Amino acid sequence: MPSIKIICPNGHLGFAPLKPDSFQRGVAAGPDFIAADSGSDDIGPVPLGTDTSTSPEAWQRQDLEAMLLAARRIDVPMVIGSAGDTGTNSRVDRYVAIIKELAKKHNLAPFKLGYFYSEVDKERVRKAIGSDEPVLGLDGRNALSEAELDATDRIVAMAGIHPYRKLLEEGCDVIIGGRSSDCAVFAAPALHRGTSEADAYYLGKVLECASFCAEPYGAKETVLGAVNGSGVTVTAMHPDQRCTIASVAGHAMYERSNPYDEFVAGGRLDMRDCHYEQIDPRTTLVTGQKFVPAERIRVKLEGAGKVGERFIGIASVRDPYTIAHIDDVIAWAKAQVVERFGQTGYELHYGVYGKNGVMGDLEPVKTPAHELCIIVQGVASTEEMAEEVCMTGTRQLFYARLPEVKGTAGGVAFVLDEVLKASPAYRWTLNHTLAVDDPLELFPTHTVTVGA
Amino acid sequence: MKKLSDLAKTIRSKNAGVDKITFDIIFTDRGIYEKVLRSKALTPATVAKLYAIDESRIADFVEYDPACAIKFTIFRLRPSGSAGDSDIFGAQQYAPLLDVQVDI
Repeated sequence: MPSIKIICPNGHLGFAPLKPDSFQRGVAAGPDFIAADSGSDDIGPVPLGTDTSTSPEAWQRQDLEAMLLAARRIDVPMVIGSAGDTGTNSRVDRYVAIIKELAKKHNLAPFKLGYFYSEVDKERVRKAIGSDEPVLGLDGRNALSEAELDATDRIVAMAGIHPYRKLLEEGCDVIIGGRSSDCAVFAAPALHRGTSEADAYYLGKVLECASFCAEPYGAKETVLGAVNGSGVTVTAMHPDQRCTIASVAGHAMYERSNPYDEFVAGGRLDMRDCHYEQIDPRTTLVTGQKFVPAERIRVKLEGAGKVGERFIGIASVRDPYTIAHIDDVIAWAKAQVVERFGQTGYELHYGVYGKNGVMGDLEPVKTPAHELCIIVQGVASTEEMAEEVCMTGTRQLFYARLPEVKGTAGGVAFVLDEVLKASPAYRWTLNHTLAVDDPLELFPTHTVTVGA
Repeated sequence: MKKLSDLAKTIRSKNAGVDKITFDIIFTDRGIYEKVLRSKALTPATVAKLYAIDESRIADFVEYDPACAIKFTIFRLRPSGSAGDSDIFGAQQYAPLLDVQVDI
């Protein structure tokens, strides 16, 4: 009878550190694998575009160290997906280097390290654009055009279980993955142990965010997921947390458009008929999940393209008359930018906090607060131009011409008489899928012996 | 009449991928959940009106019985993290739901 126990200490390794107490309880529970995903597209397109991490290396290293030492001590495999937030090649290389450094630092006995890359060459994608199987858009997007591909700086493919299974079959003790579906990081070990696809993918789905499937709310605590025969159990490792029917079923909805389907390279986990049962105060058993294999393997692609350099300006307003006419003030400043730079070739954005800065057009409250803060973003192809666009769009708020204003010495307050350089602006150019014959094609694997 | 925030345990919003934001309203009491459903306080039409959006921007609207939850998802006008996007994670878009009046 196939069985497996996996602990997950962190839902996005590196973004915030794991909590050591529940992690050690999880390790003491005798897992067969220790696994976590380290990526997310929640962080926006800038890290992928600029090939950087949004997480501090110290936090990445700290969690990798805790997991590596525990995994080697109890001699079970450690699996990490989506290295360094984005899962680009440089992030995989960095995690591999960290693992090697940690092995040396702690004088660990030799072990086999496997890793794979996820970056996709633009020309590979271009070949598909005009083919019988175009690069299909997700979430209402059109099929990928050459123009959008040309506007893209970097692409990663979202791995399913395939490269993980290959590396597990090759006997790896530690696996560092490029960009991956969260659930594949856990599903692959379960399939390696012979569980059903339905249980394997559900196990992955429920473990991917660690203690987000437990209550009361408390992130970065370890949870233990298991398959024993059929069905999946999930248990909170923090003594004050519980995995309840409500918390586990609730997690099935998290960060997804609907709670019924999880799409991965190679198929779909169907959670429509899931049945939840509380089997002890901290554990819920889930049965009834199904896995529907895809007729054709389509791999999700994420791509980011640079829009330009970016500066940020800050201005604020207290005069109630000016607040009542804030749209006119902004229109004035925009007009000054148009006068200098024309209508196109840059972006200029205003967020008006105290009015609708957080929600924009979705904001139903129409009465502004007694003071406003205006965040101005200027984006252009060069730093010099972006700075000047942003400076003009910010400073001209000061000179806005309102007919009845009493305060004629300056229309806004400045915290700084300058604009601040921000990260370059990128946008998500690809949220698409690419058909492949070989599910390993986009994910070249490598192994190396570490230590000794 | 009761406020939704007095009836639900969790009211949240978050990215569902880079092109959508999803909203979860989760109840702990199945009876209250069913009463809220029957009240029709939350439907695609009421949500569209609350956020002043066309119903076609609602990608999914689900009454999810296993979790006693109502869930809907809207398309973003531009992908998350584009210049000018005010909520990269989509995490603060739920506030108008708190004050929704429910006839129970």
